[in-house]
Amino acid sequence: MKKATAFPYLLWMAVFIIVPLGLIVLFAVTDSSGRFTLNNIMQVSSYLGVIWKSVKLAAVSTAICLVLGYPLAYIISRKTGSQQRTMIMLVMLPMWMNFLLRTYAWMTLLENTGLINRVLGWFGLGPYQMINTQGAVVLGMVYNYIPYMILPLYSIMVKIDEKVIEAAQDLGANPFMVITKVILPLSKPGIISGVTMVFVPAVSTFIISKMLGGGSNLMIGDLIDLQFLGNAYNPNLGSAISLLLMVLILICMGAMNSMDEEQMEEGLLL
Amino acid sequence: MKKKITSVAICAAVAACSLAAPVYALDSSEEYYRQYQDQGISINVYNWGEYISDGSEGALDVNKEFEELTDIKVVYSTFATNEELYAKLQSGAVNYDIIIPSDYMIARMIREDMLEKLDYDRIPAFANIDNDYKNPEYDPANEYSVPYTWGTVGIIYNTTMVEDTVDSWDILWNEKYSGNILMFSNPRDALGIAQKKLGYSFNTTNMAEIESAFEQLRLQKPLVQAYVMDEIFDKMQSGEAAIAPYYAGDAITMIADNPDLAFASPKEGTNRFVDAICIPKGAANKEAAHLYINYLCEPEVAAANIEYIGYSTPISAARELMDPEMANSPISYPADEIMEKSEFFLALPDDVNVEIDRLWTDLLSGKTEGNSNITGTIVTVLVIVVAAAAVMFFLVQKKRREASSEEE
Repeated sequence: MKKATAFPYLLWMAVFIIVPLGLIVLFAVTDSSGRFTLNNIMQVSSYLGVIWKSVKLAAVSTAICLVLGYPLAYIISRKTGSQQRTMIMLVMLPMWMNFLLRTYAWMTLLENTGLINRVLGWFGLGPYQMINTQGAVVLGMVYNYIPYMILPLYSIMVKIDEKVIEAAQDLGANPFMVITKVILPLSKPGIISGVTMVFVPAVSTFIISKMLGGGSNLMIGDLIDLQFLGNAYNPNLGSAISLLLMVLILICMGAMNSMDEEQMEEGLLL
Repeated sequence: MKKKITSVAICAAVAACSLAAPVYALDSSEEYYRQYQDQGISINVYNWGEYISDGSEGALDVNKEFEELTDIKVVYSTFATNEELYAKLQSGAVNYDIIIPSDYMIARMIREDMLEKLDYDRIPAFANIDNDYKNPEYDPANEYSVPYTWGTVGIIYNTTMVEDTVDSWDILWNEKYSGNILMFSNPRDALGIAQKKLGYSFNTTNMAEIESAFEQLRLQKPLVQAYVMDEIFDKMQSGEAAIAPYYAGDAITMIADNPDLAFASPKEGTNRFVDAICIPKGAANKEAAHLYINYLCEPEVAAANIEYIGYSTPISAARELMDPEMANSPISYPADEIMEKSEFFLALPDDVNVEIDRLWTDLLSGKTEGNSNITGTIVTVLVIVVAAAAVMFFLVQKKRREASSEEE
C-alpha cells in the first residue's frame, strides 16, 4: 500500500529528475558529435574566476540573510498565534509578485537617475554609484531570497518551548548564554536548511547579476545561459559547468549535514 | 426539385456571406486563399514578440484576418532571440510550420539542413519583394526564405548629454562619456561594432582580426556603464545613459517616448539584418504554410505589419501605402552610402563561435589573457579533492562515533 501511493512521485522523479541528471552527465562527457571526451570538464577550469566569484557573492548574501533573518524569525516565533500569521504573511508578501518585476524595480531604484539618488539629491548628496556593482547584485539576492531563510528558521524556532528558555534563566543563565547555549543549538536544523535554501539558488542565479550587475559581474548561471542561448550553442560545455555546479552544491550540503548530525549526537550524549 | 435548388441557393448565399471579401485589396485571388477550407487545418507560427500587427488601435489583425480568409487556424507563439528559436528546434520537441529567423540564423539552419525548400509557385506574392532583397548572401539561390522585415543597427543618443556630432562608432569609445555608454550584451553584436570601427568584416574568420576587435572592447570596458539588451529602452528613455547602439526600428519607438533622443547611422557602415519567413524541416502543414507566407507578402498586410513593428519593409508597394512620414524616415531607410558599407551577419564556423564566446566571457569577467589552463585545472581538481576528503572525514568520524556509542 505504501509503495503503491508513492508510485506517482517515483515515476515523476524518474522521468523529470533522474533522466535529466543522467543527460547532463552524458552531455558533459561527450562532444557535439557524441564521442566521449573530457575536454568540456577541462575547459570549465578556464572559468574558475567566475565560479569563485559566484560562490563568494552567494556566501556573502547567505550570511547577510542569516544575520537579518535570524532575530526576526525568533521575534516572530515568540508572538501570539494571530500575530505570527500576520507577520509571516508580511514576510511572504513580496514573493507574490513576479521575481523579474521585483528585480526590475530595484534597477530603477538604484540607477544614477533613480529614485534613491534623486531623493538624496534634494539634500545635496550623491549621486552615488549603486547599480552595476557587486553590492547591487548582493542586495538583489538578499532581497529576493531572504524569505527562504526566515521561513525554515521560524518553523523550527516556533517549536522551542518557552519553558526551556525560562528554565535556563532560572538556573542563572544571562541573556547571552540563553542565546548561545539554548536557542542557537535548538534552532540549528533551521539554520542549516535556511542556509541551504538561500545559498543554492543564489549561487546559480543569473538574471539578478544581469540586471543589477550591469552584465560585467558574470556568475555561473550567466555562464550556463551563455552556452545554451548564446552565440556558440555549446550544450556540452554548458552541461559540464552545470555538473560542476551540482558537485559544488552537493559538497556544501554534505559538509553542512555532517556537521549537523555530529552536533545532534553531542547533544544526545550529554 | 425546386426545393433542392433553393436550398443550394441558400447554401451558396451563406457561403458567400462567410466568404465576405475583405475590405482591403489582395493580390492573390480568393480561390487561392480558400483552397484548404473546411479541412480543419491549423498551422503553428513561431515569430518574434511584438512582431505582427495584432489589431490594436484599429490596425489590421493579421492572424484573425488570415483565419477568416482561409479557414486555416493560426496557432501563434513568440520567441525572444534567434538562439532561443534554434535551441527549441534542435530539441526536436516542437513542430512549427512557420518560423521567422534572422539572416545569419537562416544561413546556419540551411547549413545544418533544418529548413524546408519553399515552393515559390505557391507564393505568387513573392513577386512583390524588391529585387535588392532577393538572392541575399544568407540564402544565395533564394530557395528557403522570404524576407519579412529588415533594419539596421545605429547609435541612439541623448541630445542633452552629447554635444559632439554623432556619425561614427568612435563616439562609443569617447572618454568624455565615460559611465554613460551602454553596450550590447550579445557577443556577436558587440564584437561587430568593434569590427566595423576597425574596418573589418563581421564575418571574418581571421582570429587575429577577432582578437584585435576584442582588444578594442577591452579598452572600451572602463567607459561602459552596463552591457544590456532590452534594458536599453528603459535606460535611454529615462536619461540614465547618454549613448547606446540599438536597432533603428526600436529607436523610433524610443524617440517617440523621449524627444531628447536622436539616432545616427555610423559612417563606417553597420549591421543590416533581414528577418525572413521560413518553413522548418518536418513541418506538418507545408502547403498551408505557403498561403501564410503569401499573405504576409500582400502589400496591404505588409504595410500594416511594418506600421505596427516600426522596422523597414522589403516591399516597395507596401511602403507606398504607408504614412509618408514613416515611409521616408532616414532612420528606417538610411542613405545609400551607409547601406553600401553595411553587412549581414553570416553564420560562422563552430570553432570561431566557441572562441568568440570564450573571449566574450573573459571580457565580461575581467579576466586578462594568458591564464594558463593547466594551473587552472590543477586548482579545480585540488579544491574538489580537498572538499570531498573533508566530507569523507566527517562521515567516517560519524560512523566511528556511532559504532562506539553502540558498544556502550
